[in-house]
Amino acid sequence: MRRLRALLIKEFIQMKRDRLTFAMMVGLPIIQLLVFGFAINTDVKHLSTVVFDQSLQQEGRDLLSAFTASDYFDIKYTAGSYQQVNDYIEQGKAKVGIIIPPDFSDNIKHGRSASVQVIVDASDSMAASSAISTAQLIGQLKSEEILVQRLQAAGSQKPSRPYDIRIRPWYNPDFVSAFYMVPGILGVVLTMTMVMITSMAIVRERERGTLEQLIVTPLKTYELILGKIIPYIFVGYVQVTLALCVGIVVFDLPMQGSLPLLYSLTSLFIIASLALGILISTITKTQMQAMQLSFFIFLPSILLSGFMFPRDAMPEFFQLLGNLLPLTYYLEIMRGIILKGIGINFLWPQVMALIAFIIAVLSVSIIKFQKKLA
Amino acid sequence: MIAVETHDLTCKFGDFTAVNAVNLRIEKGSIYGFLGPNGSGKSTTIRMLCGILEPTGGSGSILGLDIKHDAEEIKKHIGYMSQKFSLYDDLTVKENLDFYAGMYSLSRQQSKVRIDEMLAMSGLEDRRGELAANLSGGWKQRLALGCSILHDPPILFLDEPTGGVDPKSRRMFWDIIYNLAAKGTTIMVTTHFMDEAEHCDAIGFIFEGSLIADDHPANLKQSIPGIVLEIPHAQPISLLEELAKSNTPVLDSYPFGTSVHVLVTQQNQHYFNAYPHQIITPSLEDVFVHYVKTQRKELRP
Repeated sequence: MRRLRALLIKEFIQMKRDRLTFAMMVGLPIIQLLVFGFAINTDVKHLSTVVFDQSLQQEGRDLLSAFTASDYFDIKYTAGSYQQVNDYIEQGKAKVGIIIPPDFSDNIKHGRSASVQVIVDASDSMAASSAISTAQLIGQLKSEEILVQRLQAAGSQKPSRPYDIRIRPWYNPDFVSAFYMVPGILGVVLTMTMVMITSMAIVRERERGTLEQLIVTPLKTYELILGKIIPYIFVGYVQVTLALCVGIVVFDLPMQGSLPLLYSLTSLFIIASLALGILISTITKTQMQAMQLSFFIFLPSILLSGFMFPRDAMPEFFQLLGNLLPLTYYLEIMRGIILKGIGINFLWPQVMALIAFIIAVLSVSIIKFQKKLA
Repeated sequence: MIAVETHDLTCKFGDFTAVNAVNLRIEKGSIYGFLGPNGSGKSTTIRMLCGILEPTGGSGSILGLDIKHDAEEIKKHIGYMSQKFSLYDDLTVKENLDFYAGMYSLSRQQSKVRIDEMLAMSGLEDRRGELAANLSGGWKQRLALGCSILHDPPILFLDEPTGGVDPKSRRMFWDIIYNLAAKGTTIMVTTHFMDEAEHCDAIGFIFEGSLIADDHPANLKQSIPGIVLEIPHAQPISLLEELAKSNTPVLDSYPFGTSVHVLVTQQNQHYFNAYPHQIITPSLEDVFVHYVKTQRKELRP
């Protein structure tokens, strides 16, 4: 106990003295959260649009106003020829081009199908897909409106739709990206700082020669590892608290579930990340190697955990790979508690996975380390 | 009483044998000097004794405890200080001492007393609040020593403790070592300063992993066959060439500063009457040169 206590005191003093690292640990979550929270928006709205209206009639204007009203399209340019439409898109000034043919109004008036061309710059697939689905939806709604008018004009009753699909987007009805992103960023920042800091922890002592000195003391391996983990659990909680405050104050993050539950499950994720860092620290010889290996963990964490890209869309192999990352489970826990407000009864699989991860990684670290130099 | 004992202690790194079947016996309360050039296996031997490295062969015991099986128990009874003076640069003098007091589980009372003693010993009483990073070589060395003997270990291992330290600090350091030995601490110290070795109770020469000589300094000096003559000469190399050409019967000859040391048998001393010379007690360096050359089969023993 005395040994562990001395180790903890030492770690806290070192943390306090290393102002820059401490500032980074505190500043990083806030900065990342603000940057990602404001900048990343998967719901692409206000696409700059160029219009080539050859009919210049009321019907065409109707359709265009439906496009603008959707908020997805900002009509910024009007073109006088196909060539001009082409130019706007090539130059990147417009992402979408809407072309209304000369016979558009005539076709509608005479009950024929009136075609409209919507050109989408699909080099940015996310923007393109939201433009496409919105354009299709607008087309359907407008068509339906006209059909109803025609039927009513022909004297029949207002018909009911054969299918009536009513969509209810639960948990995030307004599709606020920040709600989805903030818990994710929190997890990513925690992974980054926790893995990186602890991966340095033991290897730094190895480089400075102090590890050799520690090995000749009666300090036990598990005490050393605990001594390197416990101080950073504290740091992790500081980060989580700061990030949640920013999330709630700046992004109006709804806290649907239980905060105490979130906090207690967070400890599992923090410990899992720290354990991973310790493992890196025991198998590397220099801080440089430790740093490189940590980055090797970050990238899959960001890409495969479901932070940015939905895991359902990944091939099975990569889904399985994602199952090996603590962040995957933590994201499910966080989104579950913060957005869906679910309780522990639905989170046992994630909790168990994290516990298994911690036990496995720490055991390997203790075996690998063994208080020997070579 | 034997404090440290090894039997054919061996350490191999792949194909390279760093320590080759070393047999040591160190008396309790003595200062044992472990001498050898860089890379000869001094540090590796000490690291095996301290339980930092696992021996690949042979056995050893410290205070009757086996170095392989009782490594953790041994750690409570030994102090170790490496050439790197492994201190935490970002901790103060006092914090470093506090930390190691904790590592050895000293009680509050014990650690207070011992830390004060160590501060007095190292002359750092007025600098206890300074960061270790700001200390210069000699102070760092004494603080590192203080950290490693806080728990008053009966055996102390010092691995090149005086490297990179000025002569005055070296002097101070050795005074501390003598004091510890006088109080009964067994000390094993590696060095390549021959003058430091002169003060040891026993000396082991290690060369290319093998212990080539192991005895009291005086006995080692007597073990050389013949007598050592010192011939002052402005150009020692040309004198050596001269001796070689004239086929003077010498056992060995080599430059030694601004003179030449010649090892001859008593009967052949008269060959040197032409040169101003004197018979000297061989220094440990002469002894070391002799043993290394014998080991390399450059000399016939």
